[in-house]
Amino acid sequence: MFDIVSFIPRAVMQGIPLLFGSTGETLTEKSGNLNLGIPGVMYVGGICGVIGAFIYEQSAGSAAAMNGFLAIMIPLLCSLTGSLLMGLLYCFLTVTLRANQNVTGLAMTTFGVGFGNFFGGSLIKLTGSEVPSIALSATSAYYSRSLPVAGKLGWFGKVFLSYGFLAYAAIIIALITAYILKRTRVGLHLRAVGESPNTADAAGIDVARYKYIATCVGSMIAGLGGLYYVMDYACGVWSNDAFGDRGWLAIALVIFTVWKPDLGVISSILFGGLYILYLFLPTGTNLAVKELYKMIPYVVTIIVLVISSMRDKRENQPPASLGLAYFREER
Amino acid sequence: MNKQNNEPLAHIVKRAALPWYRAWGIRLLAIVAALLVCALVTTVTTGENPVSVYAAMIKGAFGTARKSWITFQNVAILLCISLAVTPAFRMRFWNIGAEGQTLAGCLATAAVMICLSDKMSNAMLIVTMTVAAVAAGALWGFIPAFFKARWNTNETLFTLMMNYVATQLVAYFVIVWEVPKGAGQIGIINQSTELGWLPQLGGNKYLLSIVVVAIVTAAVYIYLNYSKHGYEIAVVGESERTASYVGIKVDRVIMRTMILSGAICGLAGLLLVGGINHTVTTTIAGGRGFTAVLVSWLAKFNPVIMIFTSLLLVFLERGADEISTAFGLNHSFSDILTGIILFFIIGCEFFINYKISFRKAARKED
Amino acid sequence: MRNITKTFGPVVANDRVWLDIYRGEILALLGENGSGKTTLMNMLSGIYFPDEGEISVDGKPVVIRSPKDAFELGIGMIHQHFKLVDVLTAAENIVLGLNEPGRLNLEKVAERVRGICNAYGFEVDPNQKIYDMSVSQKQTVEIIKVLYRGADILILDEPTAVLTPQETDKLFAVLRNMRDDGKAVVIITHKMHEVEELSDRVAILRHGQFIGDMPTRSTNAQEMTNMMVGHAVTLNIDRPEPVDPKPRIEVKNLTVRSIDGVVKLDDVSFTANSGEILGIAGISGCGQKELLEAIAGLQPVEKGSISYIEDDGSRDELIGKDPLAIADMGVALSFVPEDRLGMGLVGNMDLADNMMLRSFRRGRGLFTDRKSPRKLAQEVVEDLEVSTPGISTPVRRLSGGNVQKVLVGREIASAPTVLLTAYAVRGLDINSSYTIYDLINRQKEKGVAVIYVGEDLDVLLELADRILVLCGGKVSGIVEGRGATKREVGMMMTKLGGDKTDE
Repeated sequence: MFDIVSFIPRAVMQGIPLLFGSTGETLTEKSGNLNLGIPGVMYVGGICGVIGAFIYEQSAGSAAAMNGFLAIMIPLLCSLTGSLLMGLLYCFLTVTLRANQNVTGLAMTTFGVGFGNFFGGSLIKLTGSEVPSIALSATSAYYSRSLPVAGKLGWFGKVFLSYGFLAYAAIIIALITAYILKRTRVGLHLRAVGESPNTADAAGIDVARYKYIATCVGSMIAGLGGLYYVMDYACGVWSNDAFGDRGWLAIALVIFTVWKPDLGVISSILFGGLYILYLFLPTGTNLAVKELYKMIPYVVTIIVLVISSMRDKRENQPPASLGLAYFREER
Repeated sequence: MNKQNNEPLAHIVKRAALPWYRAWGIRLLAIVAALLVCALVTTVTTGENPVSVYAAMIKGAFGTARKSWITFQNVAILLCISLAVTPAFRMRFWNIGAEGQTLAGCLATAAVMICLSDKMSNAMLIVTMTVAAVAAGALWGFIPAFFKARWNTNETLFTLMMNYVATQLVAYFVIVWEVPKGAGQIGIINQSTELGWLPQLGGNKYLLSIVVVAIVTAAVYIYLNYSKHGYEIAVVGESERTASYVGIKVDRVIMRTMILSGAICGLAGLLLVGGINHTVTTTIAGGRGFTAVLVSWLAKFNPVIMIFTSLLLVFLERGADEISTAFGLNHSFSDILTGIILFFIIGCEFFINYKISFRKAARKED
Repeated sequence: MRNITKTFGPVVANDRVWLDIYRGEILALLGENGSGKTTLMNMLSGIYFPDEGEISVDGKPVVIRSPKDAFELGIGMIHQHFKLVDVLTAAENIVLGLNEPGRLNLEKVAERVRGICNAYGFEVDPNQKIYDMSVSQKQTVEIIKVLYRGADILILDEPTAVLTPQETDKLFAVLRNMRDDGKAVVIITHKMHEVEELSDRVAILRHGQFIGDMPTRSTNAQEMTNMMVGHAVTLNIDRPEPVDPKPRIEVKNLTVRSIDGVVKLDDVSFTANSGEILGIAGISGCGQKELLEAIAGLQPVEKGSISYIEDDGSRDELIGKDPLAIADMGVALSFVPEDRLGMGLVGNMDLADNMMLRSFRRGRGLFTDRKSPRKLAQEVVEDLEVSTPGISTPVRRLSGGNVQKVLVGREIASAPTVLLTAYAVRGLDINSSYTIYDLINRQKEKGVAVIYVGEDLDVLLELADRILVLCGGKVSGIVEGRGATKREVGMMMTKLGGDKTDE
């Protein structure tokens, strides 16, 4: 029997990192920057949080000695700083130095994934500590703590209230981003920058600044996806490459939602559900078929991409200047 | 840009082409600067003397004959995939799906090896493998190209997604064909019979890939620079309007070129499965599809220069692997170093294409 | 504006220009293409920064570094290429870049936009997306955008180039309303009748220099033309007699729609003869481009026929064939398009490779023939006196005139029987222009049917044997080149305007 009550929470937990990633990437792409470094950024976001938490846990000594506020804030700030630096690097290369965005993004993914795995694998040796593996269960406990009432409300609590605070943050951030893009002046300007930097420039909008801010903020949001994954989903255990292809899946999600973060809330859970659907197949189903189920999110994304290009509805197209560097005097 | 807005003091202008030696000089300088930064990073993380670290890297890549052969074999595979993406890039078709196209080739090769090895002679089997690999890669390249040509579907995103479709397809077949059941992997195919294993050249198991790729390099170079197709690709890449003005069928060129791109990737897949690994896994392409983009771009899409850029990246990877083992670090260290070097090279292109003139200096020139 | 100088590399676009703009007045800034009108105004609106000179607004010296600075001074410019974001609505485009206090309230914006519309007589729906709009609606949005920002100095860069006559009339009415409202209006144009019809004062630029200004009432078209071109216009272009003219291209009832469904050519019929130059006149955007591209096989046609008639009288239909198919039929058709570097040539390729564009298929087997294009490039460089460092120089680095020589040189090298040219001398200096006229005349003498789309009536009148006048996609008449007057052709260019109903 298909157990919907246990399926939904797992789908949500799979979906949240994707939601962070896609919200961040949508914001970035709206400014005309196709940041293919998002997978790398998410790794960096995750590992920086781990480093912060690790050092704090080590210095605090025991779980009891830890301050809940610091236990949350230190990894959070570390994670944000790490992904911010990645965003800045991307902007410096593509906006200021006008480098090719695809190449820069791929290089950043190489770097970011390497960075994550390197520190994930070497942190213990580098800090000379004497623990067998990185398991930040104390910090993770703070991150995955859900409302105390969640357990008492039966299926309702399980489906809606059983998550750590970052999960709710992801949804709120996505909705705020959608609101900003759709309803505010800043969002309007940002969309103009992504669609037609020339026009935006002529209207007195500082194109470079918008690109920088959108991309950096986007990176920071995406980095939180990495943090959520390690601290909440993976219960504080970092294992190399465990984050897998979620970064690319987040980029797929951006297309799937036709650049609308509010759609991302539902879609990410849908993607998360598709990602783990194979776990809920009736026992006895061929294991191989499960792998085919994992293909569904990508296939669906391709279909969405193709359909939206066929229908040629202007609102659903990628931002017109996506992937192009802007140079005012180019005529 | 900011500067221009407030006070047009410093002014960025596009330069007329630099002489090639100065352009390469700037790139070389960037690499040197990058190596210095890498040395610094290495010293900070390992506490070792950077010189000994670089010595270790060289030892890692070329320390023994076997290591050198492996390095060259890796160069060959990376170069092959880079050559594959190059025609598409010249056409400004951002194919970042080489990973998937290679995997498709790998899968087709393995499929033929597993399913048909007892149905035909070994020579016939290898021919079938080749045809299947090339066809599978070509198909994987053709699909996004078709939609690009027909509906202008964004190719970067499409090819990216195709990578993961291919990965999952491989994952599916890995389980279908797993040996033994429940192992989750295929293991060496035809280990006892060696059916479908590509022949060794002169008793050297590394040489075949290198020779094949050398031929492909020459072929791609000639194709791009001297053939009608190559010329059409260049025109389409520069301006689709010019292309249709002289009667080049843009749609057809896009599809044809991507079939070629995919086919070469498929060939790389054949070499990987039939010649080197004799098995297939989801990670067999090892991210080379993405690295190939960098190789091709760094070489300015020139097949001959790509020999060097792929060598550089493979050297970094193998060298850094050596450091990781020697100093007990994680293998991913190479990715960090590669990343740093790439950032420098990517950044230095700016100084090749643009110059910053300050207002006063500009006036003097006038 | 005082002593304004702006240079682009070696080109001096504006040389110590003085210009005064008054409120409550419409100033026409008159000058030929490339005389520096747009550059000058771009400096006023903050797109460029002058190398030298100073600008004062209301008597106070100001520094305009960006379009934002210009807005703050109440200066707004409507560019020839609209600066609008297609996927946004009119209202969104209008408030783009503004930092009004408070939340973004598009309802309020729409309200104000409607207010402006009513005040000056515009018609536009603030909630319509730009990509759904016609050209004149887009222009309206641009003007409202500027007014919304409270601009009281409006600059319009060739606003009528893309408008139908009715739309032009509407625009002029609006501009007069604005003048009466106390705003300063500057309109950049090279059309004499517009200057006479609309402006209160006219200022004339020539080759980047300020020639003079005067009240429009106290001058006439002749005087203005003289000031614009520097001397009385007698071009003395050769016009050899047509050689044995025979019908070569016959166009019948040709109708073409653009992708957005706008009728670009409406029931056009004419015949182009061999050994003759058929000039095509018309305001820009009246279907000239579509006509040539339809003949060249680059434009899907709705109905009609284009026949190529060979010397022996046999006919081939060209419609439905692409350029390759046309060439395969043995029709030697050459086409010098308007967009030289975007269509006719590849800017980043060198001269030799550009020569190859036409001939690369002729190589043996799979490979291109590299030798003959190099030879051809060498010949073109020598015969047409192209100034270039060598045939391995990217075409992009050549000057406009040399680029055009390369393009024309290549197109006539294939010994065409039909030669289509669009704005062949646009942006070229006098010498280069004459070289091009010569080349075209040589082709005519060889018996080529030349179709010459031009914008300069003086040239058309002296060069073409017959002139076909297009207006709004329709043929308003064909006149003999010899004997026709500028006035007559000019009238025909706007003739159909009166009885044509609005689209």
